Amino acid sequence: MIEGFISRISGPVVLSDHMKGSRMYDVVKVGIEELNGEIIRLDGDVAVIQVYEDTSGLKIGEKVINTGTPLSVDLGPGLLSSIYDGIQRPLSLLVEKSGSFISRGISVPGIDMEKKWDFIAAKKKGDTVSGGDVLGTVKEYHIDHRILVPPQVSGTIKEIKNGSYTVREPVCILEDNTLITMLQKWPVRKGRPYRTKQDPRLPLITGQRIFDSIFPVTKGGTAMIPGGFGTGKTVAEQTLAKWSDTQIVVYIGCGERGNEMTDVLSEFPELVDPRTKMPLMQRTILIANTSNMPVAAREASIYTGITMAEYYRDMGYDVALMADSTSRWGEALREVSGRLEEMPGEEGYPAYLATRLAAFYERAGRVVCLGSDERFGSVTIVGAVSPPGGDFSEPITQNTLRITGTFWALDTNLAYRRHFPSVNWIKSYSLYLDSIQDWFVNSGFSDWKEIRDKTMYLLQKEVELQEIVQLVGPDALPESEKAILEITRMIREDFLQQSAYHEIDSFCPLEKQYWMLKVILAFYDSIGEAMNKGVALNKILKLPIKADIGRMKELKDLERIKVLIGEIDKKVAAVEVER
Amino acid sequence: MSYVSLLTKECKTVSYVSGPLIFVQSVKGVKFGEIAQITLPNGEERTGQVLDVSKDLSVVQVFEGTSGIDNMETRVRFTGEPPKVDVSIDMLGRIFNGVGKPRDGGPDVIQEASLDINGMPINPYARDKPADFIQTGMSAIDALNTLVRGQKLPIFTGSGLPANKLAAQIARQAQVRGEGENFAVVFVAMGITYKEASYFMTDFERTGALERVVFFMNLADDPTIERIATPRCALTVAEYLAFTHNLHVLVILTDMINYCEALREISTAREEVPGRRGYPGYMYTDLATIYERAGRIKGKTGSITQLPILTMPDDDITHPVPDLTGYITEGQIVLSRDLFRRGADPPIDVLPCLSRLMNLGIGPGKTREDHRNVADQLYASYAYGRDLRRLVAIVGEEALTELDKKYLKFADEFEKRFITQGDENRSLERTLEIGWDLMSMLPEDELKRIKLDFIKKYHPAYKKG
Repeated sequence: MIEGFISRISGPVVLSDHMKGSRMYDVVKVGIEELNGEIIRLDGDVAVIQVYEDTSGLKIGEKVINTGTPLSVDLGPGLLSSIYDGIQRPLSLLVEKSGSFISRGISVPGIDMEKKWDFIAAKKKGDTVSGGDVLGTVKEYHIDHRILVPPQVSGTIKEIKNGSYTVREPVCILEDNTLITMLQKWPVRKGRPYRTKQDPRLPLITGQRIFDSIFPVTKGGTAMIPGGFGTGKTVAEQTLAKWSDTQIVVYIGCGERGNEMTDVLSEFPELVDPRTKMPLMQRTILIANTSNMPVAAREASIYTGITMAEYYRDMGYDVALMADSTSRWGEALREVSGRLEEMPGEEGYPAYLATRLAAFYERAGRVVCLGSDERFGSVTIVGAVSPPGGDFSEPITQNTLRITGTFWALDTNLAYRRHFPSVNWIKSYSLYLDSIQDWFVNSGFSDWKEIRDKTMYLLQKEVELQEIVQLVGPDALPESEKAILEITRMIREDFLQQSAYHEIDSFCPLEKQYWMLKVILAFYDSIGEAMNKGVALNKILKLPIKADIGRMKELKDLERIKVLIGEIDKKVAAVEVER
Repeated sequence: MSYVSLLTKECKTVSYVSGPLIFVQSVKGVKFGEIAQITLPNGEERTGQVLDVSKDLSVVQVFEGTSGIDNMETRVRFTGEPPKVDVSIDMLGRIFNGVGKPRDGGPDVIQEASLDINGMPINPYARDKPADFIQTGMSAIDALNTLVRGQKLPIFTGSGLPANKLAAQIARQAQVRGEGENFAVVFVAMGITYKEASYFMTDFERTGALERVVFFMNLADDPTIERIATPRCALTVAEYLAFTHNLHVLVILTDMINYCEALREISTAREEVPGRRGYPGYMYTDLATIYERAGRIKGKTGSITQLPILTMPDDDITHPVPDLTGYITEGQIVLSRDLFRRGADPPIDVLPCLSRLMNLGIGPGKTREDHRNVADQLYASYAYGRDLRRLVAIVGEEALTELDKKYLKFADEFEKRFITQGDENRSLERTLEIGWDLMSMLPEDELKRIKLDFIKKYHPAYKKG
């Protein structure tokens, strides 16, 4: 074991002498209190260490012990519904150990080592297994937690046991006497292996109209949500965490507010997954490293989260990972980089910012998992970005833009007028439209792409018309263009706006989204037809059916939306007769 | 702390003095973050804190400034203690300087405890969800940007705008419905003028709240670097009052921009790589260690609510200080020069305002069932009316449709009757009533954000009929 001595302390960065032989990213215990830290630079026999806890009170000359292992997380049953800090310490255990405030130097296991789980074997004696094969399952809430052969392990099973075991007791022994437990340790900075990566072709359904119908993201895709403060990033992330149709959700509160995490903690156990009818908390892992918790642990929290996500992916599940906010993670990088006196890149961020961001987002994807059976799993990453001053030209936004597939640009002006989700439909885009079209066609929404494109065309047209209106006033427009402005206002208010807190509207099934959009466009078509025959636009707009369209959001019964299409035809045609 | 123990380390090895920092050579066993006592050649005592230690050099920031410090005779004594403040319930009604020493001429406080001013982060798992609506009596806040106990809600102001008046009015009127008061105010002045500070003092005195207030005063002519410690001392006292003595503490911090200037001064002196506008890259984290000390804790009845006041340089909300603050706090109240000139009092521009915790504090059982809907509708309609104003400036009012004219009128009336209230202390019912009155200026089917049931129940047209 390598043991050194502190030679300098500067904020979260500590230098230690006599560390020759240490490897990069080894975990070290710093000082008498044994604070957790990680080696981030080696220079002769000096190691530079970022410390995951507050360094106040450390002294020059206190000892530093290298544990010889990289920063790893404990993976096994018991992860779900837990809340961790950035280095996988369960916050509930920290409360037991140190009370309401987090003190230093506490080491606790990431998952409960004493709890017994009922292991049901899926293999038998004599079977040959290799890395990624399913040995058996335990029930973790309603999820079948598959116990996998660790990567790089293979052999013939000598003994496999059914029954109740803790995660540290071996459940399977191979011929070469390799013991396999339900617990795996995995270094967080290294992606877990898979067999092949696939093109993502399935949409991630979130129950949010602007996300699903207009700018979709795929299972295994990546999305970013940038926006100035108050534009609703966190609400959007939380909404996605609530309603995404994945089996597992990992939510990383990275350098954000404590009260927000409390909100998630108190809300999720009460909310019910609309698909499984189980409490949302039972499929969720929370990682909370709030803004006042140590900076270095914030840097690690993202990796801790994605490693857990990959672990469930390897079992063959779809996992959604929400990172709120990656800007705070970038700032943690910047702060540590500054203390290392590295040459700064743009705005003080280190030059390797883009590489690190890309490496993180590339851990998303839909994969064929390791193992002999054909299992598919996916990790979808949705990263919030908090650009200073809402200015999207800053480094984190720009570097993230280059690597993510869906861009949901939040707009301060929309937020000011309480248009939520405040996704700007002109700036946002999705690169997955083509790859998921097949899925929509096969699922009975054959003309989805068509109506989506038509909606976007109208919205784009609105921008052009608004410019004219700003110059010459609305009266100068011809009737047909006024009709466009009316319809786009309906699209904005009756379709794009969606309340995250409304009991019915907060989750809008895909089918309902589809029909809502159909109804609005049908109304537009009817207006067009009627106006061709010479009906005044004003008269049509006074029809009570317009208000009915506006109340579609609150309807639970799909049939009542579908019938609107016929009614629109009838009512609008009736105006003509009255004339 | 004038005693000298065998364990204290004293030396005369100051080698380099720059700005607020002194560099001390070859002292063994200095702790990161500990307090140093500095004795000047003329016998004056100053306090500093260790910012960086290496084998042969310790960097100390001196709270009272470095004028008069030399690199021959000046003695530095390392105490081995983190910066601490003495706390006691008897601090209520007293005035302290920026580091917690009495400055009202009264005796020293008999300490009940001596606590590290940096505190420790609240475990998110131990936090309790803020849920109690605080009625501030201000329509623009209560109805549209509700303040909740345990929240941190800054006031973004411009120089010359009446933020102090607003803060004082909130402190005076704030009450939680249906509860006897068990409150305290911790008032933290950082770099403000004596006049501004005395405005608050007079106001508290006038309303008889003075004996419930703890003042921390670092005025404009007090040492700048002390400001780094001032909010931390004050919040340590606030935590003690809230979580040991179970009081509901309102902390008013003014002015955060001065705090950030001090932070920048130290950062520059340390020759750190600057972030935006010369502010250090870690300013977000640093501000978070102040703002995140608001909140409630499970199993304790006390709470800390923060009301920081922040002057936006040149009214620029994208300036790093308001920007980073907005990313940490749970919303913001923004004052506008435009509205101030138009005569709105308070000149709260509700469009950029926000309260993130609003939904936790409102609704049936807390305020009223239609509260959320009314707020949404007022917002949407006012925003639309404001847009029209810009249009009118170009094309004239005649070019507007009948409906748009109504919206324009609505926006004007909203500013005159809803936002403007002067010294009136409005109950929430009164506020909502004004809101409904204003909405009745618009056609009923424009009220899309309001549930039909609520329209039937609260709309003036139905009430009378």
